Amino acid sequence: MSIIKVRDLHKSFGDLEVLKGITEEIKEGEVVCVIGPSGSGKSTFLRCLNMLEEITAGEVVVDGLNLTDPKVNINEVRAETGMVFQHFNLFPHMTALENVMLAPGKVRGVPKEEAKTAGLEMLKKVGLSDKAYVYPDNLSGGQKQRVAIARALAMNPKVMLFDEPTSALDPELVGEVLEVMKDLAKEGMTMVVVTHEMGFAREVGDRVLFMDDGIIVEQDLPEKLFSNPQNNRTKEFLRKIL
Amino acid sequence: MIKSIEFDVRVMTKALPFLLTGMKMTVYFTISGLFFGFILGSIIGLGRTSKNRTLHGAASVYVEIVRGTPILVQAIWIYYALPQLLGFNLNTLAAGTAAIAINSGAYIAEVVRGAVEGVSKGQSEAGRSLGLSKLQTMRYIIWPQAFRRMIPPLGNQFIISLKDTSLFTIISAAEMTQKSQIVVAANFKYLEIFTLLALLYLSLTIPMTMVLRTIERRLDVS
Repeated sequence: MSIIKVRDLHKSFGDLEVLKGITEEIKEGEVVCVIGPSGSGKSTFLRCLNMLEEITAGEVVVDGLNLTDPKVNINEVRAETGMVFQHFNLFPHMTALENVMLAPGKVRGVPKEEAKTAGLEMLKKVGLSDKAYVYPDNLSGGQKQRVAIARALAMNPKVMLFDEPTSALDPELVGEVLEVMKDLAKEGMTMVVVTHEMGFAREVGDRVLFMDDGIIVEQDLPEKLFSNPQNNRTKEFLRKIL
Repeated sequence: MIKSIEFDVRVMTKALPFLLTGMKMTVYFTISGLFFGFILGSIIGLGRTSKNRTLHGAASVYVEIVRGTPILVQAIWIYYALPQLLGFNLNTLAAGTAAIAINSGAYIAEVVRGAVEGVSKGQSEAGRSLGLSKLQTMRYIIWPQAFRRMIPPLGNQFIISLKDTSLFTIISAAEMTQKSQIVVAANFKYLEIFTLLALLYLSLTIPMTMVLRTIERRLDVS
């Protein structure tokens, strides 16, 4: 069953059309990696899936809720859709644990003690039990991103969106974040991952979308897309980066 | 022949209790005025960050009007002109408090706007992506971070407003400066009394500045 349905999605910033008609379905439990050159619209596409960008035209349906329907409460959709950012965006005035506890408490009304137990559980899951009471300033980039993943997971989302989660990390810290993401994929989480990590896309992705100039140019199973791309633009992109 | 300068400390000690009653009023104006000024400034400042054109426009007009006129004019307008519109008189306490509130409100609005806009966009995106409403995101994520940045400029505004209360002499508010003028009108000891007056202002502003520096240093550390 498709948990995300996108139909003819368009997005413009002023006169600049960034997404030029995207139609796509993502099934429950699927791990979809989105690759493409910078400026191709892949991050914008991802940000439209939880309406961090306003949708110019077309339709996005997440878990049966149409995001462009004014009657739909966007906060409810977002509570079901975890997002991980390139620059972590942890709340610097809160400890790691408080970062993780905030949304369950304020959005779902989970009592404090319960949220704390669950929060510690989430931090354990990303291997950071010992950092629960540490402020983000005292964490490494990799640790920050793992807290950010725990924070998103604490809401028990049905879908996780990753926006270049390892692009801002020092090379030696990329691995620990990818490991956490792999575990998540194994558990059956539905994931949409905008990434430059071709190794991850090949190993973990169920499907790879190649975007260029605001459209999905080509999509296939990772092994097929990487070894035998059909479109010239895909070929050129892969030749440059591999 | 050089005229010898007379400086009689006893004149100062004698006038001190009288001036201290004025100091109470000065502090009262400052604190109550800034209390309302902070509330006003927060609302106007958030209005200035709003995408809503009416809200943004109204807030901007307020800031421009207040910043474009002297506080002395604002005080006499509130005390003498406003009652003609309202149909009832304001006492000096209310007028002085209102003048500080309205005046500091405009400057605090700019402080609030700057501090809120200084929090990175990623912070509100992270909040919203978790399902928090706009208001919750402001309250739990943006405001606490912005408030830290506000503390130093708010402290400066406190000192500025405190000194501004001296202008309320013109609406006959019984604050420190006005009290000193009453004294000199009787004894003509300008040197002693006005020196004492200046020292009394310094006795308020210097500790305040020191407290402020300490807070700033602490904020830097954490």
